[in-house]
Amino acid sequence: MTDQPKIRIRDLHKRFGSKVVLDGLDLDVGVAESVVVIGGSGSGKSVLLKCILGLIDPDSGTIEIDGRNVVGLPRAEREAYMRKFGMLFQGGALFDSLPVWENVAFGLIQSKRMGRPEARAVALEKLAQVGLNEEVSLLSPAELSGGMQKRVSLARAIAIEPEIIFFDEPTTGLDPIMSDVINDLIVKCTRELGATALSITHDMASARKIADRVAMLYDGRIIWAGPVADIDRSGNAHVDQFINGRAEGPIQMAVRRS
Amino acid sequence: MRATLREEAFDADVRLAHSDGIQSRMNPLATIGSTFLSFLTALGRLALFAGSAVGHCVRPPIYPRLIGRQFLEIGYYSLPVVGLTTLFSGMVLALQSYSGFARFSAESAVATVVVLSITRELAPVLAGLMVAGRVGAAMAAEIGTMRVTEQIDALTTLSTNPFKYLIAPRLIAATLSLPILVLIGDVIGVFGGYVVGVYKLGFNAGNYIQSTVQFLEQIDVISGLVKAGVFGFIVALMGCYHGYHSRGGAQGVGAATTNAVVTASIMILIANYAITELFFGR
Repeated sequence: MTDQPKIRIRDLHKRFGSKVVLDGLDLDVGVAESVVVIGGSGSGKSVLLKCILGLIDPDSGTIEIDGRNVVGLPRAEREAYMRKFGMLFQGGALFDSLPVWENVAFGLIQSKRMGRPEARAVALEKLAQVGLNEEVSLLSPAELSGGMQKRVSLARAIAIEPEIIFFDEPTTGLDPIMSDVINDLIVKCTRELGATALSITHDMASARKIADRVAMLYDGRIIWAGPVADIDRSGNAHVDQFINGRAEGPIQMAVRRS
Repeated sequence: MRATLREEAFDADVRLAHSDGIQSRMNPLATIGSTFLSFLTALGRLALFAGSAVGHCVRPPIYPRLIGRQFLEIGYYSLPVVGLTTLFSGMVLALQSYSGFARFSAESAVATVVVLSITRELAPVLAGLMVAGRVGAAMAAEIGTMRVTEQIDALTTLSTNPFKYLIAPRLIAATLSLPILVLIGDVIGVFGGYVVGVYKLGFNAGNYIQSTVQFLEQIDVISGLVKAGVFGFIVALMGCYHGYHSRGGAQGVGAATTNAVVTASIMILIANYAITELFFGR
């Protein structure tokens, strides 16, 4: 890690009405590092990601990308730093009005102003990287299985060669084998690009595979962060409970209270 | 980004109204007040949305390919339904006005009544309502589904402004294609009146055509086309607005679709009166 982290988040707050979701969150992600944020459902992982992407405005705090605070930037400037980002959405979020190859080429055509034939060639190359052939490129996203949609979505995220890639629950809804395939692809693609990766998941197998460092989000803050190798001896009761998936422990699920 | 802020402010208002629920139920004035306030909130949100959408229609980048596709979708594919509607409207008008005017021997006014009613009122209003049902609903459903499946967020992360990519092409295409549709509908509607007049009611073809043209003024057709443009804008705006703000999965998209059609239809009828007042009121 160099001195200046790729992403530096300080004292991030976000509440919806009376519900506090992020409560003074701090997080650093180093250059070319892969950080996985773990945490229960509804712990605010997605909100964190959407704050960084600028889809939600935080109430207070700073998010620095390459040392520059991006909170509250006007739209035009935000679009400029968006070009550094790639994002794999939980449900794939493929554009169902466009064929697969155009989905992958979308960022190239729209934001990099590449010509369609050229963008198509790049898209086919990216699809090959995630193990999909030319036949698939002509299908519409609705004709693909869940695993294939995730792979197309991954190809779309890496097509613009982003500096930072975000993964929102990349293995949700996939069988264990397909999950492992996706995890391998994520590791391979981010390495090849030399990109920084920030993922959120509650799938521990996936976290162990793709993370350099793991951070646990609980109660709106990062309560523990450390190298993935240390996760089994974190000495933190919350982390222990989460990674071992026990119902008993310091984390009380909302079900038990109501 | 500002849109989400506004949404949250709106959510907070809704929650506030909710927590006051018991008190307001006991106080009818408070009920009226809060209903009125939430109506104003919705109106303000819509106005901001419309302003922002129009701003994106006139500033580059614009997407000619997408506008073309919407022209096909809104204009071309609506031709059969608009044609049929205006054809039968013209036919029934001739029949009705003939039997009505016969009571005071004014049958000769049939052709004039048909052409004025069609161009000023029926073609724009009926076309607007039909397109609201056909196109407005489809827009709300499509954009709403894109919202709940995060496709709109995905657009943003790919450095593409959803207002420019999704909403501006629909607004432009709807506003420009409705007048063309209505112009075609005018011709078909008058033709429907002619067919009934000449082949059923026994008018002389030459006379019918002459009295159709005789009292028709430019302003009659132009006011109808202006109406059509405004109605097209309303249909696309309501479809996009409700779709863009839909939430909560299939049910939310369903509600957005219903709201888009209902609000567009009501606004068309209100705008119809306002424009008529503007052109012909005295």
